[in-house]
Amino acid sequence: MTTTVATTDHGHPATPTHVAGGHPTNTGISNVKIAIWAFLGSECLFFGAFISTYLLYRGRDTIGPKPKQLFTIPFTSCTSFILLMSSLTMVLALAAIQRGDHRRFRIWILSTALFGLTFIGGQVYEFTSFYRQGLNLHVNLFGSTFFILTGLHGAHVTVGIFWLLSLYSRSMQGKLGTEESEAVEVAGLYWHFVDIVWIFIFTAIYLVPYH
Amino acid sequence: MTTVEDALTHVETKPVNRMLQRPRSTTGAWSWFTTVDHKKIGILYGVTALAFFLIGGIEALLIRVQLWGPNGTVLTANQYNQVFTMHGTTMIFLMGMPLSIAFGNYLIPLMIGARDVAFPRINMFGYWVFLLGGLFLYSSFVLGGAPNGGWFGYAPLTSTPMSKGFLPGHGPDFWTIGLIMLGIGSVTSALNFIVTVINMRAPGMSMLRMPVFVWMMTVVAFLTLFAMPIVTAALMMVYLDRNFGTNFFNASMHGDPLLYQNLFWLFGHPEVYILILPGMAVVSEILPVFSRKPLFGYSVVVFSGIAIGFLGWGVWAHHMFATGIGPVAQSAFGVSTMIIAVPTGVKIFNWLGTVWGGAVRLATPMLYALGFIAMFTLGGLSGVMSAIVPADTQQTDSYFVVAHFHYVLFGGLVFALFGGFYYWWPKVFGKMLDERLGKTSFWIMLIGFNLTFFPMHIVGLEGMPRRTYTYGAGLGWDLLNKLETVGAFLIATSVLVFIVNIVHTKLRGEPCGEDPWDARTLEWATSSPPPEFNFAEIPIVTNRDEWWHRKYTEDEDGRLVRLPAGAATATAEPEAHHHIHMPSPSYWPLLFTIGLPILGYGFVFKNWWLVGLGAVWLMFGMTGWATEPSTEPGT
Repeated sequence: MTTTVATTDHGHPATPTHVAGGHPTNTGISNVKIAIWAFLGSECLFFGAFISTYLLYRGRDTIGPKPKQLFTIPFTSCTSFILLMSSLTMVLALAAIQRGDHRRFRIWILSTALFGLTFIGGQVYEFTSFYRQGLNLHVNLFGSTFFILTGLHGAHVTVGIFWLLSLYSRSMQGKLGTEESEAVEVAGLYWHFVDIVWIFIFTAIYLVPYH
Repeated sequence: MTTVEDALTHVETKPVNRMLQRPRSTTGAWSWFTTVDHKKIGILYGVTALAFFLIGGIEALLIRVQLWGPNGTVLTANQYNQVFTMHGTTMIFLMGMPLSIAFGNYLIPLMIGARDVAFPRINMFGYWVFLLGGLFLYSSFVLGGAPNGGWFGYAPLTSTPMSKGFLPGHGPDFWTIGLIMLGIGSVTSALNFIVTVINMRAPGMSMLRMPVFVWMMTVVAFLTLFAMPIVTAALMMVYLDRNFGTNFFNASMHGDPLLYQNLFWLFGHPEVYILILPGMAVVSEILPVFSRKPLFGYSVVVFSGIAIGFLGWGVWAHHMFATGIGPVAQSAFGVSTMIIAVPTGVKIFNWLGTVWGGAVRLATPMLYALGFIAMFTLGGLSGVMSAIVPADTQQTDSYFVVAHFHYVLFGGLVFALFGGFYYWWPKVFGKMLDERLGKTSFWIMLIGFNLTFFPMHIVGLEGMPRRTYTYGAGLGWDLLNKLETVGAFLIATSVLVFIVNIVHTKLRGEPCGEDPWDARTLEWATSSPPPEFNFAEIPIVTNRDEWWHRKYTEDEDGRLVRLPAGAATATAEPEAHHHIHMPSPSYWPLLFTIGLPILGYGFVFKNWWLVGLGAVWLMFGMTGWATEPSTEPGT
């Protein structure tokens, strides 16, 4: 944990304190960081419920389009790869802001958002194409579970993109100095979480063979 | 010590959000809308939850009036379904959980020697979600019928598409969306409690010096954090099945209604401990004070609470013994259910050990705490009866189960929380509640409670089904049902006496000083009511039961000796508080939260304009919130 000098406007002598969140804490970890870890723990259960539902219902359908007819594994692998690469650019963005390189930070954070957007674009394309081939929410269990699980993940990615763009805009306004790098770290934790969840979803939906 | 003070004087110097003139006042009526003080938020939670307690109680009386005799005609079947669904939903989500959060909010920072919770504005957001979520649920009564599928909302009863459904109308939609909203609120409170306890304890307050109350509320927070998202998922599936024709619980498309029960009870059983652990927490603070002894086996009580927190996840299927989950699952969950009785029993013996040989004072809080032990033990025993699978197949969906969980949650949680009211009232409002009225209300409640719920064991074993709006004559249930209804009105009387007590205390009560019970924990070290910054100086903790050890020591023969007055004062010279900067009041938690019911109504009525408005509103609120510093310079 880095320390810096906090500012006050009351004429008190400036005193050393932790950057993160401003308060010294029992653990030395800032409040915000513990909160995001706990929140992500909560999210695990949320996705866990939908992933297990998907796995439970997998291959039960007798009518409607089958996964095998619809999936283009190479295409989805590409968009998945792009999403995973966005975790790398996220790490680079964090490293850049921590060493005070704001120009590179902006490049990397924007690339992260762009990669996320590409992934969402791929998802929109996939959804549309599946829909055209007759898959929808009510035609069979596969349609219900597939659209809801991947849709919720897509919604999480979208929230993440807004989060990254807000960091970018704060940085452009000069309000995101090196002392606030924890804001980037916290957004990064969320982003990595969303990526990791996708590994599970991608495996469960696309990679495990259907019979 | 100094670092804490200095950190509180740390003020952001970045440009200030100018979307709204920031509220300045921390007093007056309007300040209740903008406050971020954990104590005021705690009071708001308490008052609101008590109001919902009264509404839920009126619904209970309606149920009892309807069941006074055979072939009751006070309510129609559909009205009865709405009333019992909303009674359960209200008592669990709008009374039990928020009332526990009220106690936690008020007391946790005081007990760990902190100035505030970790996230004051998110704390206020949690309250607004609770209030607006509750109003949202209740608005269903005038917007086309309240939820009527039971508080457990079993699919496919609730999930079949509205066009061809069992439950037409918007009741179950209000229920699913309202509960998702309330879940968001309770998860934020849980996050707040967890971070506060982990990170903001006073110097010297190690985890094993924390009061048991704080420990149990932490376990509750973890349970909430992990249980709510599961039910959120299940509720979303129900909503989607109803409104968008998905097939999650549609058996004709190979969907599995049992999945709903698994998801629901995987939340629902930890929820039982979310509700009862705060009761155990309150009682563990009251018993030592009124027995003038430290809590017997502190660490055993703490670790058994943690054990309950873990084991609570392994027993959910005992709610499903009658659904055909198969003998292996039945045996496994029967055994795990009996195992969880072990740490619970350990706690009961620790409480008895605390009272044993103590200098017992039978003040009102102590009466309620002892009532808790007795009633909760009875509820636990009928729980073990239901853990036996063949017995449960007879008892399930009968009034026996109603008796069991009311002994646990009313005899447990409600008795404990009433004890908590009498115990902490002087701290919160600076005046003691009247003891004579308090004892009167306790005895009426104890008698009324047993009169209402004990006969339910018997009519249940005689086969009277629950959730059915009427019963035929000549089944031998008439007399017992009449007794139950009389008992219910006795309970209502006792609550009325409590309200009279509040008014009486407000008008006539004398100021009570900082420590009227000669208590043990840190919240009594500051004035009553405490100042906004809680402690003028952050206490340095050297003992479990810190406050007690500041007042008493032992002589050579091991006898208690009171230290000279003044030696104990943690709030010695309040000169330091000029430098304490508390978080500033804010409009944003309220403004942001208003977006949620707008979104909710949009989803209930499938009005996409409203959904869009709600989403834009939330974005606006988020932006305002994010650009406003938590502490305004110059306040």
